[in-house]
Formats: sequence, C-alpha cells, structure tokens
Amino acid sequence: MSELDYLKDISEIKNLMNKSSRFISLSGWAGILAGVYALIGAAVAYYLVANSGRAYLILDGYVFRLILLDLALIAILSVGTAILITTRSAKNDGVKIWDKTTRTLLMSFLVPLITGGIYILIILQQQKYGQTGALMLIFYGLALINASKYTFSNIKYLGYAEIILGLICACYPGYGFWLWVLGFGIFHIVYGAFMLLTEKK
Amino acid sequence: MGIIENINKVFDHRIRLGIMSILMVNDQADFNRLKELLDVTDGNLASHIKGLEKEEYILVEKQFIGRKPNTRYSATKLGKAAFKKHINALEQLILKKGLK
Repeated sequence: MSELDYLKDISEIKNLMNKSSRFISLSGWAGILAGVYALIGAAVAYYLVANSGRAYLILDGYVFRLILLDLALIAILSVGTAILITTRSAKNDGVKIWDKTTRTLLMSFLVPLITGGIYILIILQQQKYGQTGALMLIFYGLALINASKYTFSNIKYLGYAEIILGLICACYPGYGFWLWVLGFGIFHIVYGAFMLLTEKK
Repeated sequence: MGIIENINKVFDHRIRLGIMSILMVNDQADFNRLKELLDVTDGNLASHIKGLEKEEYILVEKQFIGRKPNTRYSATKLGKAAFKKHINALEQLILKKGLK
C-alpha cells in the first residue's frame, strides 16, 4: 500500500464513523430561528396575560388555552424549521436522513421532553403553576443532553445551561416568565450564532 | 521498524476496516445496518465478518426478533485495542512520509 492508500483508509474510517453514529449537526440558523420564535411567542403571551384583566396566569379557560396554543406553535415551528434545514443540508451532503441514527436521536430527544410536557400538564391540573417555567427548562435541558450523544454539535452545553437556569428558576418562581424568555429565546439565539461562527471556520 | 509491525494485516481491506470503524463508535450493529452503511453484497460482508470473528475482534450474537433471525455484532476489547493500534500506525506512517 502506498501512503495515498493509507490516507484514503483514514478518511474512509472517519466517514464511516460519522455516518454510522452521529447525525449531521443542526445548523446554527435552526437555533437562532427557534430563539426568535420563542421571543415572539413570549411577547404574545405577555400581551395576552396583560390584557386578560389579571396580572397572573390561571387556568381560566380562554387565556390559558391561548397560551397553550402559543406554546404549541413555538414548539412546532422550531422543530419544523430544524427538520427543514437539516433535511436540506443532508440532501446537499448526500446523506440519508431517515436511518437508525436519526430514529435513536429523535427517541432520545422526545422521551424526556414528552415526559416533561405531560408532567407539566398534570401539575397544572392540580393548580400548581409556580414551577411551570422551571420544569420546562429542566426537561428541555435533559432532552438536549440525552440527544447530544447522537449529534455532532456541542448541544449538550446548551442542555446544561438550560438545566442550571431551570434550577435557578425553581428557586425564584416569580421570575419564571423572564427566565423562560432567557432560556428559550436568548440562549437559543446565542447558541445558534456561536454555531454559525464555528461552522464558518 | 516498529511502525510497520503495528500495521495490522487483518485491517488491510476496505470492508474489514469499515466494519471495525462502525463497531468502534456503535455499541452494536446488525447485519443489515452494516450492509447498508458499507454498500456491499451479503456474501462479501459475511466472509469479512467471519475473518474478524476468527481473530476474536468482533462478537457475534444471534437471536430472533419475532420469527426473523437477527444477528448483532459488537467489537471486543481485543478488537478495539487492535484497531486503535492500527490507526495510530497509519497516522504515524503518513506523518513520517509527510515530513520527508
């Protein structure tokens, strides 16, 4: 074998390792847009609550349902954008999008996230509102860390940041809204921008 | 020459190298998964798997999922160590030649 063959061997090894174990990295744009959606959604929620005649959120049917809808829209738009961008870049790279790695990635992300979502809905039914923001941040952080094993990105650091923020939020439930804005809005934008910068390099 | 000694003949083939690469970063993979990733025929893949199994570099686990037979492969400690040694040797060779 010549040295060219050895080089080819090494690049083949790298290529197979990446293809088989890790999903292509999420683009920074997905993060930035998710953050923007969260900020817009938060502004809408703030406006809804401020105009509901009460200064706080309770399960009084109409406003509460609107806010749930608002949250669902943020989640769907964020995930949709991430899928769209990833599918496009996967096509450009000629990588199969729906294989075992993707399925494992999705499962490891969704299990903690859906568990958290259902749990939050249950405790809301029990009239416990104070910890909602904290729980969303914590479960989302856990979902990110769990999924990070199957991605290229350093998304687990975003996960740690969300968990820490969630725990802080648990101590100061009165600031839940603003910490939520920080965690889901600002953190995503900062993380996305950071990703874009490192991608460029 | 220490480096040449560390080049492992077992890995001197694209498919065997590929199987090991995949099993280094995945706890396990089944036959179809390997086939899909390596883009090879059944017979070709099976013969190279046998080669690696004979060296005890990979572990073969046969089981049934429902009624379908399913074979899963994983890298042994010996296989992982051998593969790492091989890669280091490859890198050193390239480095040395690059310097000349």
